[in-house]
Amino acid sequence: MADIKKIATRDSYGNALAELGMAHDDIVVLDADLAGATKTAVFKKACPDRFIDCGIAEGNMMGVAAGLATCGKVPFASSFAMFAAGRAFEQVRNSIGYPHLNVKIGASHAGISVGEDGATHQCNEDIAIMRTIPGMVIVNPADDVEARAAVKAAYEYEGPMYLRFGRLAIPVFNDENTYKFELGKGIKLREGKDVTIVATGLCVNESLEAAKMLEANGIDAEVINIHTIKPLDEEIILTSAKKTGCVITVEEHSVIGGLGSAVCDVLSEKAPTKTLKIGIMDTFGESGPAAELIKKYGIDAESIAEKTKKFLGK
Amino acid sequence: MTTQELRVKANEIRKGIVTAVHAAKSGHPGGSLSAADMMTYLYFEEMNIDPKDPKKEDRDRFVLSKGHCAPALYSTLAHRGFFPVEDLTTLRKVGSYLQGHPDKKHIPGVDMSSGSLGQGFSAAVGMALAGQMDKKSYRVYAMAGDGEIQEGQIWEAAMLAGAHKLDNLVLIVDNNGLQIDGKIEDVCSPYPIDKKLEAFNFHVININGNDMDEIAKAFKEARETKGCPTAIVAKTVKGKGVSFMENNAGWHGKAPNDEEFAIAMADLEKGGAN
Repeated sequence: MADIKKIATRDSYGNALAELGMAHDDIVVLDADLAGATKTAVFKKACPDRFIDCGIAEGNMMGVAAGLATCGKVPFASSFAMFAAGRAFEQVRNSIGYPHLNVKIGASHAGISVGEDGATHQCNEDIAIMRTIPGMVIVNPADDVEARAAVKAAYEYEGPMYLRFGRLAIPVFNDENTYKFELGKGIKLREGKDVTIVATGLCVNESLEAAKMLEANGIDAEVINIHTIKPLDEEIILTSAKKTGCVITVEEHSVIGGLGSAVCDVLSEKAPTKTLKIGIMDTFGESGPAAELIKKYGIDAESIAEKTKKFLGK
Repeated sequence: MTTQELRVKANEIRKGIVTAVHAAKSGHPGGSLSAADMMTYLYFEEMNIDPKDPKKEDRDRFVLSKGHCAPALYSTLAHRGFFPVEDLTTLRKVGSYLQGHPDKKHIPGVDMSSGSLGQGFSAAVGMALAGQMDKKSYRVYAMAGDGEIQEGQIWEAAMLAGAHKLDNLVLIVDNNGLQIDGKIEDVCSPYPIDKKLEAFNFHVININGNDMDEIAKAFKEARETKGCPTAIVAKTVKGKGVSFMENNAGWHGKAPNDEEFAIAMADLEKGGAN
C-alpha cells in the first residue's frame, strides 16, 4: 500500500488543460485569482495568451466564459466549487445553462477534503445545485487517470459541463494503459453478490478498500464507480441493484441532492431497493486535516465497511 | 440612411414595441421606448450584420443586458428583416419563439440570452475578449439600464473590460432615470454614472439618447477611440413617443389596454420621437 502513488485531481486538471491547450488553440482558461490552487497556472505557463484571470469576480467570470463560447472558444472557467457552483449559480444557470453554451466549469476544492480552511470553503452542495440545471453534465472523477481523461472528454463534448476536483492527493488506482473514460457510463470495479456500493470521487477508492474489509467478514460487495453523475448510468445501477437487492451510495457530498439522491430517484421509480446513503449528513464541515475529517464524517473505508455491515444486519 | 429616415424607422419600431406588448398583455414598454432610437441606429446604420446570415462569424455583436426590453430588440430585428414583423404579436405566448426575455437559442439575430440583470454585459466582455484574442475586427455593443448598473456584476465586468483595454467594446447605459420602484436616485443612486465608468478606464460620452444626430456622433467617436472601451451614457425619456407613458415609472412593466393602445398608436402616427 505504501508505494501507491497519490495525486490530487486538481493537479490532473491543470496538467490535462496544459496538454490539451497545446494541441487545441480554441481552448481558453479563466480563473478568479486562484490559479495556483486550481492548478490552472500550469495552463497559464503553457498558453499564456489564452489564460484570462478575471480577478476575484466569479459571477462575471461565468458570463465572460459564456461570451467566449458564443464566439467559438472552448472556455474552462475555474474556481473553488464553493464559488463556481455556489456564488455563481445564477450566472451558470442563466448565462451558460439556459443558452446551453459550450462552457466547462472546472471546480476544485470540492467537499470536506479541503481540510483546514473549514466550512466556508468546504462545498458539499455543488452536485445538488448543478443537477438542477437542465442540460448540465456533471463529472466527478475518482483519481488522476480518470480526471485527466475527463478533462479531455469535456473538450470533446459540446455543451455545458461541471467538472469536480479535489484538493487532497488521493491514490491513483486506475491503470493509465487500460483505462477508458466514457461520458455517462459507470464502471464496475468489483463484482459481488451481497450488496452494491455505488461511489463517486475520492470515495471510490475508499469503497474498494471497504469491499476488501467486508470480504474478510464474508460479505461480497459489488463496487461501481459513477464518474458521471448527470446523465446517470441508470442501467449499471438497476442491473446491480436487481442482482444484490441492496444498494449503498458513497460520496464526499451532502446526502441531500448528490449521487445518493440521484441513485434513489432511479431506484424508487424503476426498481425499489433498500438503499443507504453515505455522505456528509445535513451539517457543515469544520477545520482539520483532510484525512481526519474524512474519518470523522464517516466516508473513509472503515466507516463505509462498518455502516455496510450494520445496514446488512451483520 | 439619413437622420430623418432613421427617425421614421425608429417610430415604426416603437409601433412594433407597443403592438407586441399590447398583444402580449404584459411586458416592458417604458425602457423599450427609451432605447428605440439607439437600437434603430445600431441595427440600421452602425453594426455589420446580415439578416440572411444571423450567425456570420465576423458580424458585430449586440447584447441587450437590460433583457426585459426585449420588445425593442425584437421589433428592431423584425424591421431589419431577421424575422416577420407579424410575429411580434406572438410575444410571450405559449409556443412562440419570442420569449419574454431574449433567447439566443431560438431567435434569429439574438447574440446572447439575457434578462437576469447584470449578466449580459459580462457575456459582451467575453465576446470582445475573443475578438481581441483572435485579432478580429468585429465590434461588440452592450446595452444596460441605469437601474441595472446597481448590480455588482456590471462593475466586475467593467473592471475586466478596462483592464484589458477592450476598444472593440461599447457599453450603452440607457439613462431614462426610472426603475420599478421609482426614480433611480431615490431607490439607490448610481450617479455620477459617467465618472464611475471613467474611473473603470472607459472613454465616456454623454449624449441625449433620443437624438439621432447625437447618437450617430457618439458611435463614430466610439469607433475612433483606441486603447480603452467606450461607454455611452445616454440620457433618455422612459416611454418616449407615447404621451401617457413618458417619464412614468408605472409603465416600466405594464401593457396598455385596448383604449390606451389606440392612444399610443395615435401618438406614434403623429410622428412620436423628436
